[in-house]
Amino acid sequence: MQVIPVRVEPRGFGQTSRRDAWWAVPLGVFLGLSAFIVYATWAAFQGEHYTYGPYLSPFYAPELFGDSPHAWFGPKPAWWPALAPFSPALLILPFPGLFRFTCYYYRGAYYKAFWADPPSCAVGEPRKGYWGENSFPLILQNVHRYFMWIAVLFLLLLAYDAWKAMWFADPVTGAETFGIGVGTIVLVVNVVLLGSYTLGCHVMRHVVGGTFDEVSKHPVCERAYACSTALNYKHQAFAWASLFSVAFSDIYVRLCSMGIWTDLRIL
Amino acid sequence: MAEATFRIWRTEPGGEGGFQEYRTAVSDGMVVLDAVHRIQAEQAPDLAVRWNCKAGKCGSCSAEINGRPRLMCMTRLNQVNLNEPVTVEPMRTFPSIKDLVTDVSWNFRVKKGITKIKPRKPDFADGTFRMAQRDVDRVQEFRKCIECFLCQDVCHVLRDHNKHEEFIGPRFLVYAAQLEMNPIDTADRIPELKADKGIGYCNITKCCTKVCPEHIHITDNAIIPLKERVVSRYYDPVTRLLRLFK
Ligand code: SF4
Ligand code: SF4
Ligand code: FES
Ligand code: FES
Repeated sequence: MQVIPVRVEPRGFGQTSRRDAWWAVPLGVFLGLSAFIVYATWAAFQGEHYTYGPYLSPFYAPELFGDSPHAWFGPKPAWWPALAPFSPALLILPFPGLFRFTCYYYRGAYYKAFWADPPSCAVGEPRKGYWGENSFPLILQNVHRYFMWIAVLFLLLLAYDAWKAMWFADPVTGAETFGIGVGTIVLVVNVVLLGSYTLGCHVMRHVVGGTFDEVSKHPVCERAYACSTALNYKHQAFAWASLFSVAFSDIYVRLCSMGIWTDLRIL
Repeated sequence: MAEATFRIWRTEPGGEGGFQEYRTAVSDGMVVLDAVHRIQAEQAPDLAVRWNCKAGKCGSCSAEINGRPRLMCMTRLNQVNLNEPVTVEPMRTFPSIKDLVTDVSWNFRVKKGITKIKPRKPDFADGTFRMAQRDVDRVQEFRKCIECFLCQDVCHVLRDHNKHEEFIGPRFLVYAAQLEMNPIDTADRIPELKADKGIGYCNITKCCTKVCPEHIHITDNAIIPLKERVVSRYYDPVTRLLRLFK
């Protein structure tokens, strides 16, 4: 007897036999990322209230040009086009932004939440055509490794800012003394979370040891690979925790600077 | 004894198909495969279902239960809501031969197309090799695969976009990783992974990882590390330049 196999056709957009709330996670990702993008854009265009005492908001770090004492090269440069809006954040924010945009975890998450490709596992898709990351434009996601190196540089700079957030200037004499405020802790926690996110990046894992099939023959790489792998298993959690902590650090510095919150000195 | 309703996919001989409802007695500790067997024994002797071990180790009883790709023998009835009909369908990525039995032979053809292992010269005169256990552990994870093809079923590149000709699917990316990362292997699969194996089609949405009954970290440990190797070889100008000088 000849058997004619039939293909049970995939269904249309959003159709599925799943009974659980399959839309909940993509919706949460959509709302979480949208909220961050809206807030970060708003904060980046403000151009004020991004420092408070020794604290510098991570959205504005490093401050290349600007009016605060944290600026490396002085105030807004003369060559900046008069019509273009200026804020120290606009010069640097694209780098961490693109680092996250090209991160393997975020890619998978926003392909689902923002592009419905797929809307959720085993749920019908809106479009027939598909190129994936096999051709232009998404093949460009492979630049992620370059943004990772920039992110490592930013991490070092933010760690230095967290160190500087421990030195408070005396209002009268101007002499700097060691101290710890709630803001110091906020900025240090932020660096730790960003470090856990960045060092657990898949590219880092690849570079430090993943390229070797016998990593045990390279003892230093082996240790680094084990550390990166451990962080990598929590990459999704660190992606969200560090996203939240970056935004919260900015909110903290901003509200202190605006006089709405009072920064408590612990030491 | 309590009863529950099952909506089971039946493929008609003419090539059409549809759901049919069956009510059957259920008891504590039963798995979906038990219920299907009871229906087969008492109401539908012509109902086709593939199974073998009933222990989650042979990978035969893959199906979609309430829309989720799962092993029927490892899905206990207390994990599904019995107050409404439980749907049991064949894997949608593969054609149904009859009822819940699908034709997965495409997978066997794909597997044959992957470059075989090519061991280096033995380390010792007696033909043996020495490897560190921790290096072996990495590929050992991939060897846990039971070829249930649930990951192939859920992968939207195959399921929704029918890229069977251009993309080998998560199961065989795991297999390629198992060979490619093997400490004694000397073959090079990076060119084929980029070209006809289509690794670029995977958009790392991790549905495969979520359904794997062996809990293999398919995306994080197999696919992404292979993608990184492809990037180093083909897309990263710096590593390409470095190779020129080597
Ligand atoms: S992660 Fe890649 S291989 Fe796995 S289901 Fe998604 S697209 Fe398919
Ligand atoms: S990788 Fe996991 S889901 Fe895929 S075939 Fe193997 S055991 Fe099944
Ligand atoms: S993979 Fe997420 S940061 Fe690189
Ligand atoms: S019968 Fe063997 S895995 Fe289910």
